[in-house]
Amino acid sequence: MADKVLMKGNEAIAEAAIQAGCRFYFGYPITPQTEIAAYMAKRMPKIGGTFLQAESELAAINMLYGASAAGKRAMTSSSSPGISLKTEGISYIAGCDLPALIVNVQRGGPGLGGIQPSQSDYFQATRGGGHGDYHLIVLAPSSVQEMADLTIKGFDLADQYRMPVMIFADGTMGQMMEPVSLDAGGVQQYDKPWAVTGTGMKRPHNIVNSLVLDPAELEQQNFDRFARYEKIAEQEPMWESYRMEDADYCVVAYGIASRVSKNAINEARKQGVKVGMIRPITLWPFPKAALSAAAEQVRHFLCVEMSMGQMIEDVELSIRCNKPVSLCKRVGGMIPSPADVLSAIASITKGGN
Amino acid sequence: MTTNLLFAGFGGQGILFSGKFLAYKGLIEDRQVSWLPSYGPEMRGGTATCSVILSDEPVGSPIVGEPDVLIAMNLPSLDKFEDTVVPGGKIFVDSTLIGRQVKRDDVTAYYIPATKIADDNGMSTLANMILMGKVLKECPELGGSHTEDALRKVVSARHQDLLAVNQKALELGANV
Amino acid sequence: MTTVFQKPHALTDAPLHYCPGCTHGIVHRLVAEALDELGIAGKTVGIAPVGCAVMAYNYFSCDMVEAAHGRAPAVATGIKRAIPDNIVFTYQGDGDLASIGTAEIVHAAARRENITVVFINNAIYGMTGGQMAPTSLPGQVTQTSPYGRDVKTVGYPVKVCEMLAQVDGAAYLERVAVNSVKHVKAAKKAILKAFQNQLDGKGFSLVEVLSSCPTNWGMTPQKALAWIESDMIPYYPLGVYKDITKEAD
Repeated sequence: MADKVLMKGNEAIAEAAIQAGCRFYFGYPITPQTEIAAYMAKRMPKIGGTFLQAESELAAINMLYGASAAGKRAMTSSSSPGISLKTEGISYIAGCDLPALIVNVQRGGPGLGGIQPSQSDYFQATRGGGHGDYHLIVLAPSSVQEMADLTIKGFDLADQYRMPVMIFADGTMGQMMEPVSLDAGGVQQYDKPWAVTGTGMKRPHNIVNSLVLDPAELEQQNFDRFARYEKIAEQEPMWESYRMEDADYCVVAYGIASRVSKNAINEARKQGVKVGMIRPITLWPFPKAALSAAAEQVRHFLCVEMSMGQMIEDVELSIRCNKPVSLCKRVGGMIPSPADVLSAIASITKGGN
Repeated sequence: MTTNLLFAGFGGQGILFSGKFLAYKGLIEDRQVSWLPSYGPEMRGGTATCSVILSDEPVGSPIVGEPDVLIAMNLPSLDKFEDTVVPGGKIFVDSTLIGRQVKRDDVTAYYIPATKIADDNGMSTLANMILMGKVLKECPELGGSHTEDALRKVVSARHQDLLAVNQKALELGANV
Repeated sequence: MTTVFQKPHALTDAPLHYCPGCTHGIVHRLVAEALDELGIAGKTVGIAPVGCAVMAYNYFSCDMVEAAHGRAPAVATGIKRAIPDNIVFTYQGDGDLASIGTAEIVHAAARRENITVVFINNAIYGMTGGQMAPTSLPGQVTQTSPYGRDVKTVGYPVKVCEMLAQVDGAAYLERVAVNSVKHVKAAKKAILKAFQNQLDGKGFSLVEVLSSCPTNWGMTPQKALAWIESDMIPYYPLGVYKDITKEAD
């Protein structure tokens, strides 16, 4: 195990990507993810990699599309408004079944919004975001160590399933420093016979394309892609159970909101309230089984989100509305305080909302 | 044992640097640590804050809303955060830049003319570390050792010649 | 038996979908001949646009990528950076390159991307059925300029070669046409040079090809070729707009 160092979450993502064998970074400046670009700008030239500041988010995602089509591990990063611009390219990447890593260090919206942390891009991320039927694998780190670990895992998932993966963080996760141990181990290699690297006059040409004018064929392609998604939904959900063993109440939160919730849960436990938490680490696929099992055990769920209530829909769907689900929210760049969450917990234990 | 510290002042006063120093000290001592800056326009001259948590348990929220220790390097910071300090907490005030006293009587206040000491000693950019010296002295829970190792981590490789002057600043602060 | 004429190897056997009299087929052939003659088809990756040439990925036998509308130069950048020893070209129409993709083309040129761009200027949106293009001529009647392009309200055509000639990073810019044998021969030479430049690492090369669209212009193929001569060339003069390859290395 490598020595622990203090790193910002954004830097941990960048370093982990390099360790995962990513040598191509395409980006466009936007707060609060700038450290990723800055780190890449510094490191890539020294390791024979490419850092390229594109003319726009549109160009950046399409450069990523090109590098990925050529079979290379590549990434981009941005923050909410920039991700909106990138959704066109993300839809193409999904439609071409290309692996790619996209980082969203979220800020408050809609529109230009603010630059403080937010989780209000949940629908956009977990429902694909762009046009057409598709998904991203959405990974939500809640520590700097996870920023690194999930980046490495993200590249592997992307290559394994040939699809875009999103690291779904927020301004706080990107800006905070924590001790992190970076040791990716060996980089796993994946065969990419579909990559456009030149035929060498030895094979028929490869075509990377998402245009399918025959509706029957396009339908079949969608069916096949969703068969793959089904497998992912079975095999890849990740979550953390926190103090759930004897819990009567279950908080559901991810990212920075889960960190705040832990403080509140520990405080509530001191007051004798048996409350625990399920922290989804994959937001797509959502850990439905874990939630539905918890519904057998607890009386009430509490979603803690930095949005007007987006993940709460997945929680309600997962438990088939078998138990009440309440929402504790802050938005626009505000972060719930442990006291906010504690009072929401107190409220549900009294049977309120 | 968990200590929540909030550093606050103008951008450029070294708020983030001294927070980072303390975080590294915790890391070297194998404690759980987190460091979280405010970010955005305020980093370019406005009020900047930095939350640092040192703990023996995993750190929950990295945001310090109710500090055990407040280090205030300008008046707006003291005005804004004085009331958030937990009862029994400590407030360290750079008295060169802050003319008023701490109003609360359920906290311990320390007044250090850090900016003046820094100027007098030809280290005008190190008022932050002079304050830090005092903080380390008055907060034994933060541990007094490993300061040099932590400095070595936080002072960039190019500027290792600044180690001695940082060390001196910590000592000056401790002896106020 | 001696073969005196054959299809270039760099074209597949797929039947082209282009309208009768459309000159896309000629330009495809010129590109394919260049790939064959330079012996680079096996290491070439082409990028098809959105527009009439959207299915160019079926016609060129080299590896192909289909890009989103206007983004081909960005996709080409990603590919070229990833596999710099390969040859990368984009094939783009006027709506793709000179309207929705202006940022991408200008910045690919500014970055001195070592790629080759084949730019088809036929002064109209063909695939969507004949709307006004950024390069439609003043007064030109299209579906969305039914009274003729009125420069007072919709402004003037974009002259791509002239514009990119101001960009320091561009290495080679030439405007050609494919409306006569003489012009086709000159076009071939220009396209060959644009690929040779990439092989030589000279940087960004673009060949603008004045092409016909009989269907959407509402003309016979022959009339369309004549219209290139009579109307397009006077507005878009042929020639070399920039060539740093002549300068000392």
